[in-house]
Amino acid sequence: MHEITDSDHRPALLQAIGLGFARNDEPIFGPLDFALHAGEVVLMEGDNGAGKTTLLRVLSGLLAPTSGEIRLHGAPLRLADLSPQVALLSHQGGLKHDLTALENLRFAAGLHGQRKGISPHSALAAVGLDGYGEVLVRQLSAGQKKRVALARVLLAPVGLWLLDEPYANLDRGGIELVNRLLERHAHDGGAALITSHGAYAYTSGTPRRIALRAQAATGAVR
Amino acid sequence: MKPGGTAGACAALVRRDLTLVWRRRGDALNPILFALMVVALFPLALGPEPEQLRRIAAGIVFVALLLAGLLALDTLFRSDYEDGSLEQLVLSPHPLALLLACKIAVHWLTTALPLIAVAPLLGEMLHLPVAVRGVLLLALLLATPLLSLLGAVCVALTVGMHRSGMLLALLVLPLYVPVLIFGAGACNAAQAGLPFLAPLLWLAAALVLALVLAPLACAAALRISIS
Repeated sequence: MHEITDSDHRPALLQAIGLGFARNDEPIFGPLDFALHAGEVVLMEGDNGAGKTTLLRVLSGLLAPTSGEIRLHGAPLRLADLSPQVALLSHQGGLKHDLTALENLRFAAGLHGQRKGISPHSALAAVGLDGYGEVLVRQLSAGQKKRVALARVLLAPVGLWLLDEPYANLDRGGIELVNRLLERHAHDGGAALITSHGAYAYTSGTPRRIALRAQAATGAVR
Repeated sequence: MKPGGTAGACAALVRRDLTLVWRRRGDALNPILFALMVVALFPLALGPEPEQLRRIAAGIVFVALLLAGLLALDTLFRSDYEDGSLEQLVLSPHPLALLLACKIAVHWLTTALPLIAVAPLLGEMLHLPVAVRGVLLLALLLATPLLSLLGAVCVALTVGMHRSGMLLALLVLPLYVPVLIFGAGACNAAQAGLPFLAPLLWLAAALVLALVLAPLACAAALRISIS
């Protein structure tokens, strides 16, 4: 079993044991062993094609792993337990381009629920898009779209964030913003697994709470 | 999770899809124009004799609406698939089949219902007897939701493929055949003065069955498509 070094004995929020995924008998990643605890941000680094996105899709429950298992709070994962606890930020962003930023966020709040003490308005303000609420998403830049997608993650009442390349398309201020949001989320007892191919994550300052676990990605991923 | 979760999620989805259709309301006219043009082709090809057209009017209207619905079918999940919204639907804590049923309902309301509304006009263009018009509308009201539900399952299966249009048609059309036979059959029976209730009841029974099973099949197919 995985050794938990923290002083508390709570099981890990998310734990992967021998987790692997293969498509048409071609291994995409794994086997991987890692644990994600509350209050922790883990950066998953790997080259293009290393299987980072696939790993996030497996962890979010969109794909079933071909080997190994995922444990949620120490118990074997069931999809019904997972979905109310996970927010996924994928490449496509999951935004409707013909809706305004606020309409997108209101829909997300209706679908996934809404975190206490935050509204679509304040989520938009938190990602620095105050005043862009009534703008159609198709008229926003790629970086601004990314920020709206981040606001959606921020709005969801979940403990676990799975963010695929959250730094892509963002300017310097946006990268700092992501780090700040992650820091606050971890401070509030949440956890996040983020992927990066490394080019953006370290350009501005040192994200303090990001602990790089190279063995999770670069060691085992082929 | 706030109380009123699942109903609220369905309402949010319906509101979103209706807003999206409204933002692109020009596109919503296309199936109607298509059906009008298909119906207009028949008198041009067969000649304008009212007697001949009257005989085949109900069948032509049925086929025209079926094909127009087929063209609109691909939009059901396409944009949601491409922009990642579909993943978010699958990841939501609510039953996927129920959410998809809402999507299919909105799609039917915004594509099939306008077509049904112009069906009397299409019938008029082909000299359809006025007495049959009621049966035609009733048959369409029962048949089009059935077509939407059957079509949605096939769209869910093919949404992950590029240029799936022709494949979708090949998958869907065999499933549409019985619906067409019963729907147009009821109209033809009414036109010939025969009892037409039985085929309508068959359509209603099939619709009830599809209402229950199709969203479940659709959810299973979508999970495969996005993996």
